[in-house]
Amino acid sequence: MSDFDRESMLEMFIFEMAQLIDQLEATIVQSESEYNMDQINEIFRVMHTIKGSSAMMMFDNIAGVAHSIEDLFYYLREENPEGLDFKRLSDHVLSGADFVKEELAKLQNGQQSDGDGTELATAIDKFLQQIKGVGGPVSEAPPVASTHANPEKAVTAGENMHKYRAKIYFQEGCEMENIRAYTLVHNMQEFATDISHVPADVIDESTIPLIRNNGFMLEFSSSRDYSFVYDHLGATVYLRELVLEDMSAPKESPATSPADTPDDSSSDDDVAIAEAPASLPESFAATPAPADAATSAADASKKAGAASHMISVNVNKLDALLNLMGELVISEAMVTQNSELDGLQLESFNKETRQLRKIISNLQQTVMQMRMVPLSATFFRMHRIVRDMCRQLDKDVQLDIVGEETEVDKNIIEHIADPIMHIIRNSIDHGVEMPAERKERGKPAKARVLLEAKNAGGDVLIIIKDDGRGINVQKVLAKAKANGLTSKPDAEYTDKEIQQFIFLPGFSTNDQVTAFSGRGVGMDVVSSNLEIVGGTALVDSAPGEGTTFTLKIPLTLTIQEGMSVLVAGAQYTIPIANIIKSFKARPENLFTDPSGNEMITERGEIYNIVRLHEFFSIDGAVTDVCEGTLIMLENGEHVVCLLVDDLIGQQQAVVKPMPKYFKKVRGLSGCTLLGNGDISLIIDVAGFFDK
Amino acid sequence: MAANMQNLFEEKQQDDTIKDQYLTFAIEDEDYGVEIAYVKEIIKMQSITKVPDMPNFIEGITNLRGDLIGVLDVRKRFAKPSKEHDEETCIIVIVYGDYTLGMIVDAVQETAIIPEDRITAPPSAKLSYANQFVRNIGRVGDDIKLLLDVERFLAQD
Repeated sequence: MSDFDRESMLEMFIFEMAQLIDQLEATIVQSESEYNMDQINEIFRVMHTIKGSSAMMMFDNIAGVAHSIEDLFYYLREENPEGLDFKRLSDHVLSGADFVKEELAKLQNGQQSDGDGTELATAIDKFLQQIKGVGGPVSEAPPVASTHANPEKAVTAGENMHKYRAKIYFQEGCEMENIRAYTLVHNMQEFATDISHVPADVIDESTIPLIRNNGFMLEFSSSRDYSFVYDHLGATVYLRELVLEDMSAPKESPATSPADTPDDSSSDDDVAIAEAPASLPESFAATPAPADAATSAADASKKAGAASHMISVNVNKLDALLNLMGELVISEAMVTQNSELDGLQLESFNKETRQLRKIISNLQQTVMQMRMVPLSATFFRMHRIVRDMCRQLDKDVQLDIVGEETEVDKNIIEHIADPIMHIIRNSIDHGVEMPAERKERGKPAKARVLLEAKNAGGDVLIIIKDDGRGINVQKVLAKAKANGLTSKPDAEYTDKEIQQFIFLPGFSTNDQVTAFSGRGVGMDVVSSNLEIVGGTALVDSAPGEGTTFTLKIPLTLTIQEGMSVLVAGAQYTIPIANIIKSFKARPENLFTDPSGNEMITERGEIYNIVRLHEFFSIDGAVTDVCEGTLIMLENGEHVVCLLVDDLIGQQQAVVKPMPKYFKKVRGLSGCTLLGNGDISLIIDVAGFFDK
Repeated sequence: MAANMQNLFEEKQQDDTIKDQYLTFAIEDEDYGVEIAYVKEIIKMQSITKVPDMPNFIEGITNLRGDLIGVLDVRKRFAKPSKEHDEETCIIVIVYGDYTLGMIVDAVQETAIIPEDRITAPPSAKLSYANQFVRNIGRVGDDIKLLLDVERFLAQD
């Protein structure tokens, strides 16, 4: 296998697996107390696909674990035993999911998947045996082997044996058909015996054209029923068409073939016979056999509907598109604002450029739209965290999710998943009381954590609200003092200011370090991650009633509407979203307090003045407040008036990060290229309010 | 140990074709050399945007065909008096790890091949401030080239 093939397959594999695991977790957490048939089927299918794909990729450890869980759910599906311990069942499945996730993380980091799943598989097999002991009668024993070491044991010879004939076509251009065939045969050994196939020597590469043109023909015996075998073979990666015939079944059954299987003339003489045994539960018979495991990702999202209208695109391509978009915006400015056009009479040129501008801005919106992803996946993942924590800490918490359809830029999502997770952990660990304590205080035993997203202008607000005990202001202040984080006398701090301390690095009031929080790193991650995407975090807490965290994040990072201003001949860009208005100061409205802070009254309100040239130590700027221009800026509830030399005008700013070598500068969020190729620094208004 | 690793890393980076090659440049009366493996390109002096709150030797950022790169002034880094930029003033663009940076130098001279046996460690006495950025001393004929310690040079103390 060439490196390239392997790599792109691996990428696809990891992507699919991650999607399947997400789906699996969602299914489990949603229905933990009791599984219905649909969910059991769903989990079975997911596990089956995971097993198939990982076996294809030769990750036997993952396949082994998935196989055990698949066996377990096969049994559940067939027997539907009474009095099952669903919590234990969920634990087993989730630990399996965790194992797969761990291995995927290794693969993603370019390491080998070397985790040993045997122990896990054995535990799951043991659990299955236990259920079998307790549960209903066992009519047909599914194989219990955790690996496919001993096919003889798995297959019980006898009158239950079916003889099958199968013909398989791989997708065009999937390459290495012989190896795929070999893998298939290898995987079949766990449930089939007497396997013979044409061509016989699949290791030999010369058989490739044969398999490609005539299909890969198999004959084997198995104790498993038709549907199982069909499902199993159907999960083969890059399968185009599968024709399966039960030789021992009566011939009059009608032919079935998955609807989306293309007609192939070469399969004329092979008629697929559906056995559809009456003994199978309704839901099983209705289960569509996956026709193409390569589209298992699409399979996974089928539930969400309209899978055929979706394609998955590598984020790098979208990033490249966005970069090009940025270049286009800049070069449009370069052309239309070209200095050679100065002073020319350009009526029709101006008309055409306006049209161009319109198209470009539409295009830009479309590109941005493409990058927008709903928060639902990130939000639903939190169910799992809440569940795990509740079980470990013996707390009872219900997570309510609101507004998960809210969309934000893909890049931003990556940075906010961790903060949300840390805040939820924090809320459950520190905020929510034990059930007994809650009863004492007259609260319902089941605590409620609300996770909500909503749009607010150019920002998205993410609100995480619990009804726990709230933040102990005195304790926080004492801790802040002990860590030397305070800068003024205690009495001068408002409750709100004190609450913000929890976002500082190394801050934790939980004296005992638990598995979930207490090391004081979580909240620090919240503020640092948000800083990267230009967001802010606020906390508001009422003692005894609960705590509300509000994360304010921009919708998108990359192209902002900005106002260009001039200071000492250099241009700076201020995000329009922060600007309230600009105005000229009049001397009678200016005054200075005893410590030298300049202020201005404007329409009866008093504002601080920040001189941009002083803030950034720029020489040669206008120093007379009345001569320059004041821009009133807001950030959250803070307002300030910024002194600049002059306004230049509004423009689209393609935000670029500062070069890596530069440390973070307070008051700057990045830079942007101007039409003439010069660089303009983008002002971070929040920087004027930091202490 | 750490120095060893560094050497290994560099050795791995260096292709045979660029082994022992140094780009030499002038600062005041001295000639310096930087390993060619780090050099991306040489550009003429162009407009540089100042960035506030930076160490004095960081000149600002400049636009390299759409990429924004930081620019350092080698004279300022060596604590030497500034000199009016002229047509010989150049920016050497280097790539070091994650960083792509420009270095303003008085003039770029040539690419010199300095085999290992022509390179010696500098005298141990650190006599001047600029000395600390010199890792080795190379000889080309009778000329002395001070070979730059890039890592030390880029450190923002």
